[in-house]
Amino acid sequence: MKKIEAIIKPFKLDEVKDALHEIGVQGMTVSEVKGFGRQKGHVELYRGAEYDISFIPKVKLEVVVPDEMLEKVMSKIGEKAKTGKIGDGKIFVSTLEQITRIRTGEIGEAAI
Amino acid sequence: MKKCFSLAILLLLLFAGVVFAEQVQTANPPSTAEQTVSAQPAPVTSVGAASAMVTAEGVQKHADYVWTLIAAFLVFFMQAGFAMVETGFTRAKNAVNIMMKNLMDFAMGSLAYWAIGFGLMFGVTATGWFGTDGFFLSDFVKSNDPWVFAFWMFQVVFAATAATIVSGAMAERTKFVSYLIYSAVISAFVYPIFGSWAWGSLFHGGGWLEKLGFIDFAGSTVVHSIGGWAALAGAIVLGPRIGKYGTDGKPKAIPGHNIPLAALGVFILWFGWFGFNPGSTTAANTDIARIAVNTNLAAAAGTIGALITAWIMFKKPDASMTLNGSLAGLVGITAGCNNVTPVGAVILGGIAGVIVVLSVVFIDKVLKVDDPVGAVSVHGVCGAWGTLAAGLFNADGVTAKILGVQALGVATAFVWSFTACFILFKVIKAVVGLRVSREEELEGLDLEEHGNVAYPDFQIHPARSFSAPPSMPQAGLQAQTFRGMTQEEA
Repeated sequence: MKKIEAIIKPFKLDEVKDALHEIGVQGMTVSEVKGFGRQKGHVELYRGAEYDISFIPKVKLEVVVPDEMLEKVMSKIGEKAKTGKIGDGKIFVSTLEQITRIRTGEIGEAAI
Repeated sequence: MKKCFSLAILLLLLFAGVVFAEQVQTANPPSTAEQTVSAQPAPVTSVGAASAMVTAEGVQKHADYVWTLIAAFLVFFMQAGFAMVETGFTRAKNAVNIMMKNLMDFAMGSLAYWAIGFGLMFGVTATGWFGTDGFFLSDFVKSNDPWVFAFWMFQVVFAATAATIVSGAMAERTKFVSYLIYSAVISAFVYPIFGSWAWGSLFHGGGWLEKLGFIDFAGSTVVHSIGGWAALAGAIVLGPRIGKYGTDGKPKAIPGHNIPLAALGVFILWFGWFGFNPGSTTAANTDIARIAVNTNLAAAAGTIGALITAWIMFKKPDASMTLNGSLAGLVGITAGCNNVTPVGAVILGGIAGVIVVLSVVFIDKVLKVDDPVGAVSVHGVCGAWGTLAAGLFNADGVTAKILGVQALGVATAFVWSFTACFILFKVIKAVVGLRVSREEELEGLDLEEHGNVAYPDFQIHPARSFSAPPSMPQAGLQAQTFRGMTQEEA
């Protein structure tokens, strides 16, 4: 089992969600997050004075999938979240040790 | 403890005022004794006369009352406009404090102007420098003429406008109790004394500036510059907000939390200005049409002037600067709204729009005075420009003398208001303190000064979640009260 955490542009969320749903992803967790990457935010002007927007709003998508679906889900997120411009985000993948579905007590892949 | 002490003093002063007022009124009977016979039936006869025989003068008189009072109510609504502009341009953590300041400067100002200000501004003057009677609206007791009520109502909302200008420039860091003291003093003394020089003869007074021919129809100088220069003094004595200037002295923007509210405020102010300028006739006559047109044209031109200037300077049409531009046009036309042509109003307003943007940047970057909402630029600088322009674009022609008198008025307003308020703020600073503590400023004035926040259900408190130092006391949060109940109870 793998856990995929994707940081994407907020306005890409619906597109990514629909695409993942189509290829059989059953659930996901989404949170509004802020952060910066190599650009280190950017500078805006307000009333003629500069201010740093060091943390840019993003959406974090968490999806847990069986190992064999990993490649497909990653490429789908990559495809749908891409604009080609700076700030498209990143996808992090990690191995997941265990899952329990609280209601039934199922464990492992059955609980995804 | 200090707060309680100064509040107690304020209450005592008010109480003393009321006692004094009663004395004035009870002291009167000897003089009014002879009048009572004729004075008491007077309202009855006037009502009887109106219904029995409608005269042209009677209709005109009533129309004057109605127009003057409707205009006064419009100007009163400008308080709401100022409140919205100021809170929109500042941070969410100080929104309750801004509302309280705007509410209280009107409340404090009303009583101070009733007790002292109106008499100083419009009372019979022995010295030529300020009026010396008519305190506590005692004129009505003497004359029984209700016009003093209509006139007072129109003047008190003007006094409150001058007072409320200052709260924006001093936003986000001023002690609440100190602001209360300031608002009583400006409405009781600073505004009325200058007002008596320029407008005293509108009632029983008379001043040296108006005798020279000073043109300030609705108060570019008398109201707006006086408020603007007081704001400058306040912002200088206070110092900038924490984080406004970097260690290299470079100004940093502290974006306001709600531009839609600020825009609503500007619309309300623009609307209220149709009472401010056309109402300054204090008579229902045909002049109000030209004044309304001039007011609107100048505001429109000011908006466009600021838009273009900001677009060129900052590459984008900055909303807050454009909103300031509307106000700049309105402040600019206020002096000359009854004596310039519509073309003059457009030019005057457009220039005011350009000036306000340059002035905001100048005050921010060169003077390094932190004025969060641009009050000094809008009211002080554009008020001065409008007063000069009232002479420059005078429809009946301009002479060196007219311009000289206008310039004298502008300079006098600066010297008087800036000096008086600088001393006032220095005294307040020494006696009760002018600025909140560093912790309180970072946490927000809402929580520390007033015990609640403006938007408890929204997560817009970046100071707490991101940059609050770990040592910051969080006790304020647990002890939060709302309408007298602690939050758990509520």
